[in-house]
Amino acid sequence: MHPLYNFAFLDEGSKREIRRAILKGIAIPGYQVPFASRELPIGRGWGTGGLQITLALIGSDDVLKVIDQGHDGSVNAISIKKLIHATTGVAVTSDTSEATLIQSRHRIPEVQLAEEQLLVLQVPTPEPLRSIEPREQATRRLHAEADYTGAWLQLFEQIVRYGSAITGADHPVLVNGRYVMAPSPIPRFDNHKLHQAAQLTLLGAGREKKIYAVPPYTDVVSLDFEDYPFAAEDFEGIHCELCGASGVFFDELLDEDTGETVYRCNDTSFCAGRRGKRIGQESCQGRSHA
Amino acid sequence: MREAACFLDEAPFLTVEGISCSFGPGCAYCADDEADLERNRCPRCGTIHALRRVSLDVYPGEIVGIVGESGSGKSTLMRCICFDQQPSAGSVATPLVDGGTRNLLSCSPEQKRAIRNTVFGMVYQNPWLGLRMDFSALSNIAEQMIAAGNRNVEGMLARGRSLLEQVNIPLSRAADTPREFSGGMQQRVQIAKALSNNPPILLLDEVTTGLDLSVQATVLDLISTLRRELDVSMVVVSHDLAVIRMLAQRSSVMLDGRVIEHGLTDQILEDPQHRYTQQLVHSLL
Ligand SMILES: Nc1ncnc2c1ncn2[C@@H]1O[C@H](COP(=O)(O)OP(=O)(O)OP(=O)(O)O)[C@@H](O)[C@H]1O
Ligand SMILES: [Mg+2]
Ligand SMILES: [Zn+2]
Repeated sequence: MHPLYNFAFLDEGSKREIRRAILKGIAIPGYQVPFASRELPIGRGWGTGGLQITLALIGSDDVLKVIDQGHDGSVNAISIKKLIHATTGVAVTSDTSEATLIQSRHRIPEVQLAEEQLLVLQVPTPEPLRSIEPREQATRRLHAEADYTGAWLQLFEQIVRYGSAITGADHPVLVNGRYVMAPSPIPRFDNHKLHQAAQLTLLGAGREKKIYAVPPYTDVVSLDFEDYPFAAEDFEGIHCELCGASGVFFDELLDEDTGETVYRCNDTSFCAGRRGKRIGQESCQGRSHA
Repeated sequence: MREAACFLDEAPFLTVEGISCSFGPGCAYCADDEADLERNRCPRCGTIHALRRVSLDVYPGEIVGIVGESGSGKSTLMRCICFDQQPSAGSVATPLVDGGTRNLLSCSPEQKRAIRNTVFGMVYQNPWLGLRMDFSALSNIAEQMIAAGNRNVEGMLARGRSLLEQVNIPLSRAADTPREFSGGMQQRVQIAKALSNNPPILLLDEVTTGLDLSVQATVLDLISTLRRELDVSMVVVSHDLAVIRMLAQRSSVMLDGRVIEHGLTDQILEDPQHRYTQQLVHSLL
């Protein structure tokens, strides 16, 4: 562990403040709790919201997994992993079921998470009503009064313009029948993984200074209309060219040789696991730590 | 003051009583409703008294006019009635809510929103206040229905299209944004939006101001047609006596935050009592 830093980089006072915000978020599912976002050696907007939650909660016996859009090996995931590992010395893994703490950007793993696991999602824009109402004061009042007309209006406008309510990602959800929440830019495919999930999910927005939560076994319902029901991305009939999986979220690739479109599991550790690859604990770039 | 004989046997549909609304800290001097002000401004503390004990009745199917010069408090009155602005005193009631026994101004925000979306339709003087300029005309109209709990897209689209036809906006423009519309079209989209939930009471604030004369005429026509065909009650605000004369059976004249004269529009025009109204009528002739 790096001697110049406190365990998990943040000072204990900062951790306590972040934990208080997290507790409040858990107590009021889907409600955005403001917190004093700290400076970190990673630029704001690069996962610092999620990172602060992770740093405030991680303990020395945790096993950490970090993914970026489904990939354990992306540059962003690795630099976050390195920072956490360097300041805590915790074990790092790609194996979803082995991890106790998973920090993720824009995906929820394919493997169903368990009660003992903690999922931390990085959030760029936490306010689902922001594009309808630019003023923070006003959106707070809309949430307080549960006035979510604007959230439905955005879906309606989508239908008027494009003939369907299909959003790219970050499709708004109603949490515990009360607060409308941005689930972070996960694909619609992942929305149902938040509904009545066993794990605690914490969401952090560093630049926007908000933390919110979906406690275990909470209702999470995607907003939709009677005659335009919410639908996830459709991967009917598609199989992963590497592991043969179906019913998961796929990356679409162009096979340069044949010119055909091929599909691979977006969740790389899920795919590797199916192919019998060893995906357990990593040495974290070969450095050993006390 | 004079009353409209034809409505005397009915109960009012909208009763606005003793509305006061001020902007500023207030002081012991201007706390007295009868205190002399410089126009609507307190000479001691500078507080603007935009409304001082303003009352108004609207009977079923009636159009009531409100006329007065700029700054007399007309828009503030409309905004107080539809809950955009919280007045410091007064009450608003309609037999549609708790048989008229409830002061709507004391309702919870949720109740106000429900009333706002089903009982009132508001058309703002400034279309930028009443419309989302970057959403399609259809979405602007649907917003009110969504707010009232409608979750059926095809139903709302059908209603939106029929309203646009009713206000003479070609369906080819239905998916365009009001930003791309002329002023007259924007006001007509506002009217369509205000009508979306079939509200029994319409509040129209200077719908024709700033429009070309020919466009004014079509909007005024539309309002007369709506009253005839939909039997809605309306409060029509204008600083233009000609508009009021064309639309309203009864009118109130406002000056410096007070109603200085009210009664049948024709009588006010023929025989104005207050010196200010006399000047106003004179300038029209
Ligand atoms: N938010 C506010 N803060 C301070 N003063 C205000 C505010 N809104 C209105 N006023 C003042 O209240 C008075 C009444 O304004 P209001 O807009 O109701 O007049 P109006 O009769 O609608 O005028 P116009 O014919 O120009 O539309 C004016 O003196 C105005 O300056
Ligand atoms: Mg006005
Ligand atoms: Zn004063």
